[in-house]
Amino acid sequence: MKNENKIKKDIKASKSQKNKSDAEHNDNNDESKHNDNNDETKHNDNNDESKHSDALVDVGEAVGIIAAQSIGEPGTQMTLRTFHYAGVVELAVPLGLPALMEIVDARREPKYPMMIIHLKKAHMRDITAANNVVEKLKEKNLIDVCDMHEDKENKVIKVKAKEGVEFGNEAVESVLNSVKRGKKGIKKDDKGYFIVKTSSEKAYYDRITKLQQKKIGGVKGLKKVYVSEYHREYVIVTSGVNLRGVIDSKIDEIDKFRIETNDIFQICDCLGIEATRNTIVDGMKKVMIEQKIDVDYRHLMLVADTMTFTGEIEGIGRAGIVSEKPSVLARASYEETEKHLFHAAITKEIDPINGVAESIIIGQEIPLGTGIVDVTYSLKQDKTKK
Amino acid sequence: MSLQKKIESIQFELASENLIRKLSVAEIKDPTTYADDGYPMPGGLMDPRMGVIDPGIKCKICGGRMNDCLGHIGHIELIRPVVHVGYAKEIYRILEMTCRKCGELKFTDDERKKFNEALNRGDEEECTKIEKEVRKRDDESCPHCGAEPMKIKFVKPYSYYQVMGKDEEYSILITDIEEWLKKIKDDDLKYLRISVRPENMILRVLPVLPIISRPSITLESSTRSEDDLTHKLVDILRINERIKATIDSGAPQIIIEDLWSLLQYHVATYFDNELGGVPPARHRSGRPLKTICQRLKGKEGRFRNNLSGKRVNFSARTVISPDPNIDINELGVPKLIAKDMSVPERVTEYNIERLRKNILNGSNYPGASRIVTKDGKSKRILDNNKEEIAETLSTGDIVERHLTDGDIVIFNRQPSLHIISMMCHKVRVMDGKTFRINIAVCAPYNADFDGDEMNLHVAQSEEAIAEEEILMGINQHIISPRYGGPVIGGRHDHVSGMYLLTNKEKISREIALQITGGILELPEEKTEFTGKDIFSLLLPKDLNATYVNKFKENVIIENGKLKEGNIDTEGMAGELVQEIYNNYGADAAADFINKSTKVAIRAIAINGFTLGIDATDITDDAKVKINNRLDGAEKRITKYISQKEKGELKPIVGKSLEDTLEDYIMIELGKARNECGEVAASALVDKVPIIMAKTGARGSMLNVTQMSATVGQQAVRGKRIKRGYINRTLSAFKRNDFSPSACGFVRSSFKDGLSPTEYFFHAMGGRETLVDTAIRTGRSGYLQRRLINSLLDLKVDENRAVRDSGGNIIQFLYGEDGIDPSRKTLVYKKQEEKFEWFS
Repeated sequence: MKNENKIKKDIKASKSQKNKSDAEHNDNNDESKHNDNNDETKHNDNNDESKHSDALVDVGEAVGIIAAQSIGEPGTQMTLRTFHYAGVVELAVPLGLPALMEIVDARREPKYPMMIIHLKKAHMRDITAANNVVEKLKEKNLIDVCDMHEDKENKVIKVKAKEGVEFGNEAVESVLNSVKRGKKGIKKDDKGYFIVKTSSEKAYYDRITKLQQKKIGGVKGLKKVYVSEYHREYVIVTSGVNLRGVIDSKIDEIDKFRIETNDIFQICDCLGIEATRNTIVDGMKKVMIEQKIDVDYRHLMLVADTMTFTGEIEGIGRAGIVSEKPSVLARASYEETEKHLFHAAITKEIDPINGVAESIIIGQEIPLGTGIVDVTYSLKQDKTKK
Repeated sequence: MSLQKKIESIQFELASENLIRKLSVAEIKDPTTYADDGYPMPGGLMDPRMGVIDPGIKCKICGGRMNDCLGHIGHIELIRPVVHVGYAKEIYRILEMTCRKCGELKFTDDERKKFNEALNRGDEEECTKIEKEVRKRDDESCPHCGAEPMKIKFVKPYSYYQVMGKDEEYSILITDIEEWLKKIKDDDLKYLRISVRPENMILRVLPVLPIISRPSITLESSTRSEDDLTHKLVDILRINERIKATIDSGAPQIIIEDLWSLLQYHVATYFDNELGGVPPARHRSGRPLKTICQRLKGKEGRFRNNLSGKRVNFSARTVISPDPNIDINELGVPKLIAKDMSVPERVTEYNIERLRKNILNGSNYPGASRIVTKDGKSKRILDNNKEEIAETLSTGDIVERHLTDGDIVIFNRQPSLHIISMMCHKVRVMDGKTFRINIAVCAPYNADFDGDEMNLHVAQSEEAIAEEEILMGINQHIISPRYGGPVIGGRHDHVSGMYLLTNKEKISREIALQITGGILELPEEKTEFTGKDIFSLLLPKDLNATYVNKFKENVIIENGKLKEGNIDTEGMAGELVQEIYNNYGADAAADFINKSTKVAIRAIAINGFTLGIDATDITDDAKVKINNRLDGAEKRITKYISQKEKGELKPIVGKSLEDTLEDYIMIELGKARNECGEVAASALVDKVPIIMAKTGARGSMLNVTQMSATVGQQAVRGKRIKRGYINRTLSAFKRNDFSPSACGFVRSSFKDGLSPTEYFFHAMGGRETLVDTAIRTGRSGYLQRRLINSLLDLKVDENRAVRDSGGNIIQFLYGEDGIDPSRKTLVYKKQEEKFEWFS
């Protein structure tokens, strides 16, 4: 009884805490759209104390398995299609199963890296502002803004800014200076071309490709940038992700709080692990809603939390969470059986047998549900009976 | 009650040469397995010292009989040492990090310190980084003894070369490597990140698996066929002997080295026969041998096929068929199966008479198959000894009796993707040869009756039975843990039937009796009922609920009386079931489902409800309307096309001109189809298909549209069909014709029949979906496996935090509020989910 009361108290406390934090949450966020996960509103909390304790999860419940099943089972009902955005090959939005796998895999580079950049409210309906931002964001290399003459025989590259481009010769000069070794400034010939000299033929070719790819303006990594209309608002869609770059670009029209991207590693670097976790939850929920599959938020949150609880992103798969398991047998029964066994032998690894997979292999009770309860049996009493 | 032993932990280790010799019971030398007289050769691979395989013989080593003796390992003394393939790469790593002369580490003091710190921190990445640095320095001489540097090249799978000049390479002998590894100091092992002596990675002695783990099979023709591993071991022994003979004959080093590498190959493939760089060892028939790694690995390997999942006894499988007359938590079991399955029941003074009767019945139906007496002796019950056993039966014995009504069994249908793919039923023994289940429980199993088979498992202990009954029962799983709504409930005809019933205004007592007889009790005084009156009888007397049904009407229930609204799928398997479950418990909800489905079926049978070909007939007037609508759409589309050709069409922001046109066409056609659907719907009001679609019984409005109005645009890869021949889709069209009908728009309805081109387009669309589903099942299966394997250890602890098997906290409070998703409606009100996303 004592224990029960204590648990009730705990829950009460956590409940009120939750409400508090919720309130704070909403105050702080004017872009609460992303975080507004509460799909339910509370009943009037008068006599619901007992109902609430009835609704609590059972201790020992295998919530992980239930979450995995809840996400995996409807997988068979999802589409496999990838929707190519605006007919551009690099820009695609995976739907259904592939989208889910992309999130859950947590590969370092998404298959179709993209960002959706929203504009501040004042510019939301302004197509010219949007186009302006596109121009500012698009990555520009020397080759885009310069005339480049290649002089193979003298191993010399001549560079001059194209006419009518926003970047003048000064900008080009500073870029070239940054590339050049040595302290002397770059030389200019009589026609206004900058001259880059190279020593050998190999260096010459290297230099050309390097110069061509040298960034002069825009944000690095944003290869294609488009304006798109969505929900009666102009947004900017990019292929290629550079979250930090966009935030640091100080373009006034961009609403920094409403940038979406599917590159969760950049989100992690830029905004931290909690933001990443929320992105994972939102991403999965998005897929589920779009596929008209009803999955409780708690399952998605549990998956996202297991992926991020170490502070780093770990994918669902052999390279991620499973590889972190303390049990050799659990890892061996998943994938790459022989690798784990061989390695266990030379490091004298000890399998603690406290998980589910290894307990099944050994043939012992699994540490979930009724399996975590022990009953002690007094042998003394038995003797007196006899 | 026996005390259970528990394995606390398991430690792995690499066996040393001496350990293998110590464990071995026999040195194996002879490559011949059997002598001419057919007995196993002593010192051969079938040496009986390695365990008994014949029944009745006692093991010489442990004294156990066939099933007690697990076998003992033997060993082969290899003439020349070889590399253990599993560690070939590891050895290379160690060689690169140590000096060949003095065996000292190539670490500098600074690196040592850093490495130690990283190791204590558990920073694997840092360790690997330092290690890489060290291994890079293969052109510096040893800082300890000044030995000349040596560049080593490792060639998969097991060869090492010393690189001298540009094209100069010498292979390093394994014996030299062994010497080298022996020089490494014990204290340095932690810098190498190993805990065993590295020379143990070189095999001088090869352990031989006991005979039990490589049993030979006797074929029909009484010829023996040996296991793959035995074949491999024979190969090793032969080569071993040959090397010995060659050395003794004083042959030159090169020949010995050749044979040596052959020995290496055989030993390597004994462990793993899927090595890159060497061809796999093959059986005489050309099939690659299955050696140790192949036995463990993969889906069919030991781990996944025999350890994580096993074949079980006390299970049965047969075809399922529907039985609406049994309860949802019941299961009709054929007598044939009931006789074969057994349940152990402990004899007490309360059941002794019944069990005695069972024993006397023997193998006739409610019989028993076996008895375990108090002193632990097990006896089969046969016709000739059943009287004797029945007489001596006393309390404390355990009788394994046949399955009888009311027993608790687990029922399962594959693929078991769900917690609710396995649930508990109460047995009801029946005639016939199929399992019978209530149609309302098809949904969680995802079963139908087109030949599906399902499995039954009988629990064999009181503890298991209690757990099953309390935790796995059908009633406990009416609410899905995935979304917190009911998965079990009336479907299809149940829904249509209840809709028709609750719509009826006047029902005479006679008809009402037909509907409710044996299920519900009609109030005696009434002579005339409405459908809602009859439905109200199903509800708990004090239920108050309001909800919105599929027709967007309010359904109001006051004090257990349905006041307003019709019952559709929300009532039969939705909000109403949920409401009853929340307020009156699982058993009340199950009772509601049981009774309501039965009433609904009788109601629909009396009313009559047939979907015939004429159910989709629409009036000529409606047909004209539909045709006009489609003509209009086509006209507008031709306008768009000509506009585009003239260059007058303005592209949507962010889209190309072609895509814009496609967009417009798709929108236009979609609109046209929807409007046609509306026309059809209004022409078909209250006909069977509309009732089914609108109540949520079966099918959708789209299906109705397709049957009676127009099938609509066929899509491949989410777009109109545009490929095929040069500039046209089918040879029936002119080139560059991109009108709707040439791009997969099916104008006819299914009932009118499709034209040949339309038929072809429809087949194209159909093929895509077929291919899609085939690929999808595999993909989603793997996704599920990964998810389960990643999350299977998570559990809720005493404080409702979520922890994994290592004790790490994943969530401080499960789901941020500690609420079970399947019980969330107790605390939260259901609300439409709103979520904005990019489309």
